[in-house]
Amino acid sequence: MASTTHANPNSYYLPAPSHWPVVGSVAVFLLMLSLVMWMNDVNGGLLVMAAAFAVMLYFLFGWFGTVIRESESGLYNKQVDVSYRWAMSWFIFSEVMFFAAFFGALFYMRALSVPWLADAETGDLLWQGFKSAWPVSGPGIEETFTPMGAWGIPAINTLILLTSGLTVTWAHWGLKKNNRGQLTFGLLLTIVLGLVFLSLQVYEYVHAYRDLNLTLASGAYGATFFMLTGFHGFHVTLGTIMLIVIFFRALKGHFTPERHFGFEAVSWYWHFVDVVWLLLFVLVYWLV
Amino acid sequence: MEAVHGHDHAHDHHGPTGIMKYLTTTNHKDIGSMYLWFSFSMFLLGGAMALVIRAELFQPGLQIVNPEFFNAMTTYHGLIMVFGAIMPAFVGFANWLIPMQIGAPDMAFPRMNNWSFWLLPPAALLLILAQFTPGGPAGVGWTLYPPLTIQQGMSMDLTIFAVHILGMSSIMGSINIITTVLNMRAPGMTLMKMPLFCWTWLITAYLLIAVMPVLAGAVTMLLTDRHFDTHFFNPAGGGDPVLFQHIFWFFGHPEVYIIAIPAFGVISQVIPAFARKPLFGYSSMVYATASIAILSFLVWAHHMYTVGMPVQAQLYFMFATMLIAVPTGVKVFNWVATMWKGSMTFETPMLFAIGFLFLFTIGGFTGLVLAITPVDVQLHDTYYVVAHFHYVMVAGALFSAFAGIYFWLPKWIGKMYDEGLGKLHFWLSFIFFNLAFFVQHFLGLAGMPRRIPDYSLQFTDFNMVSTIGAFGFGLSQLLFLYIILKAIRSGEKAPQRPWEGADSIEWTMLPTPAPYHSFEKPPVIR
Ligand code: HEM
Ligand SMILES: [Cu+2]
Repeated sequence: MASTTHANPNSYYLPAPSHWPVVGSVAVFLLMLSLVMWMNDVNGGLLVMAAAFAVMLYFLFGWFGTVIRESESGLYNKQVDVSYRWAMSWFIFSEVMFFAAFFGALFYMRALSVPWLADAETGDLLWQGFKSAWPVSGPGIEETFTPMGAWGIPAINTLILLTSGLTVTWAHWGLKKNNRGQLTFGLLLTIVLGLVFLSLQVYEYVHAYRDLNLTLASGAYGATFFMLTGFHGFHVTLGTIMLIVIFFRALKGHFTPERHFGFEAVSWYWHFVDVVWLLLFVLVYWLV
Repeated sequence: MEAVHGHDHAHDHHGPTGIMKYLTTTNHKDIGSMYLWFSFSMFLLGGAMALVIRAELFQPGLQIVNPEFFNAMTTYHGLIMVFGAIMPAFVGFANWLIPMQIGAPDMAFPRMNNWSFWLLPPAALLLILAQFTPGGPAGVGWTLYPPLTIQQGMSMDLTIFAVHILGMSSIMGSINIITTVLNMRAPGMTLMKMPLFCWTWLITAYLLIAVMPVLAGAVTMLLTDRHFDTHFFNPAGGGDPVLFQHIFWFFGHPEVYIIAIPAFGVISQVIPAFARKPLFGYSSMVYATASIAILSFLVWAHHMYTVGMPVQAQLYFMFATMLIAVPTGVKVFNWVATMWKGSMTFETPMLFAIGFLFLFTIGGFTGLVLAITPVDVQLHDTYYVVAHFHYVMVAGALFSAFAGIYFWLPKWIGKMYDEGLGKLHFWLSFIFFNLAFFVQHFLGLAGMPRRIPDYSLQFTDFNMVSTIGAFGFGLSQLLFLYIILKAIRSGEKAPQRPWEGADSIEWTMLPTPAPYHSFEKPPVIR
């Protein structure tokens, strides 16, 4: 078959050999190695980490740049589009399962291990006087902490994320109506809301460490609180970066009212992050 | 749909050559071969570790290695065999076969496909580095239970990150496989017309995407407990080491089916080909596989009967576990019924498939024995468990991989292997496998604990037999390497359809050897 770079609605695009995957592997390897070095106080850990991030950036720009170029030159037909939809859905499912592990840990500690530590048998043998409660740091931790209230920053953050879900949908409507102003403005609003959310989250963490004595080391509550909200915040950060990329692509004139899966993928991701937050708000902040 | 190729290098083979070809390839066949060779080298590495274990256990007392090193060997043997040898082997099959069996030009995401593979060597490298860190390699067992894992040195962190990378690779590979099966089938290739191997991988990929992130969560908690003062697994902070076991086995039990289900797929294609009869009960095979997958999420605590659980939970997990035997039994009976009144011949792939059938069934039965809570309280962490899972993983998954290699090699390289040597490989493997592992049932029933470098005198005879079997088995695999290399170098030219009973479309619609891009134009499926 003759080689062609033109869009052919009947053909599935198969990329030529590419060096990006191997670059990505180098980046991942360096990153993991540097984390191990850093955690174990090995000299040079931060240096390796810097190198890892450099390679990672090169990799991300290179690979996604290629994909965007291919997409913009019309190489992806309908069937490729469907492939991307399946892939993004399953990727989000994998993320759901990752969070499920941590929600599972929260459930287990609250409903099972903390009460067990206080029940008659264990309590009498090991931890006399320990009473089951939540939030709690655990029977062996002397330091006390104040739990994070739900109705301050967390409630505001809930509103912010919910609103950002609306703005991104509004941007999507703009895109479908080919109203580019609405598209870019909606995206901009979403990004700003994401950034405000993140800033408030940082503020909350500082507050927790400085004023509430609530840290990662605060036993069951501290561990689940920071790991769940921390991974969520990490995902919001990724989502915001993705939104920023989409924003600049929109400014450059990418996406058409019919074909814009890049946009949709990011908005799916954003909604996913939103739903996780709602669970967090209810299970971590509210029901204490 | 037809395929277009970016710049079309790959198409006329004018693309990168030598090592660059493999570093950059986007071709499912190249990537499949890399997976298979990687798997085989990990198999040799993990095998060498197993032989260290067996050598130490040849006699009671400590003779060859110190206990710490012995523990490290059991740990890395398990991790390398599960994540480095068996899983990549079947991903290799998936890469080679799925596009050819559904009438697609390639996988849905060829570049990501290459990345999934190239994440494996860095992970292997981390595991190898873990052997040489201050404090020595971690000796915690492949199940990574805390609190021991919390107390290990730097090698534990390397291992944790290796697991993370392996998880990334599996998730991307699985997304690719699911998308390929769902979206790349030729017109007319309905789901229920697909060769069973594709079905088994569709289901396996789903399992992988569901549980690899859970494992990632578990090892992340280990990491933060180790370095960032969290107390997930520390009762002083309200946590519980048993929590780790729950999360790990929520991953771990589906994981054993991640290993077993693609093996079922291979067997479901080999047996009909040599019985010269269509697979008995195709749709019941699909439903049985799906039920196994669903049930596999609901039985994890059968690995934890001895850690202390309410009696109601023990009962539930016991009965749920036994329930899995029902769909598994459906599969076994279907394979047997396929052979019933078939005109069978016994070439090497069929020998391995029948070996699988007998030995996997034994492994399934010992699984049922272990599922019975009061029995397992006796047998847990004894050599009986070791025997059980080697029957399902070695004689099950590995034998099925051998069956698949001998079966499809002619299609892949266009040359035949040496049938006589293949049969020899089977018989050596079969005999030495049973020598190595059958006696372990007796050792376990008599109370010999696993993962301990020394044992009481009365266990000596069976241990000697087991060690002899293990070394025989290991050496026989070098014969396998020789057979494959010989076939590649100087094998006889394979006929278009070396197995007259094989009728999936990679045999009936593609030339032998298969062209570089499988189906440029989608075939028409009746
Ligand atoms: C009918 C099917 C099966 C049943 C009822 C079953 C049951 C069990 C039970 C109850 C245990 C725990 C024993 C103990 O630690 O005390 C166990 C262990 C194990 N099984 Fe199975 N099993 C089955 C099939 C499989 C398959 C297909 C595989 C893999 C291909 C497998 C791999 C394993 C492994 C690796 C372990 C040991 C894990 C460890 O502690 O390191 N099993 N099985
Ligand atoms: Cu299990």
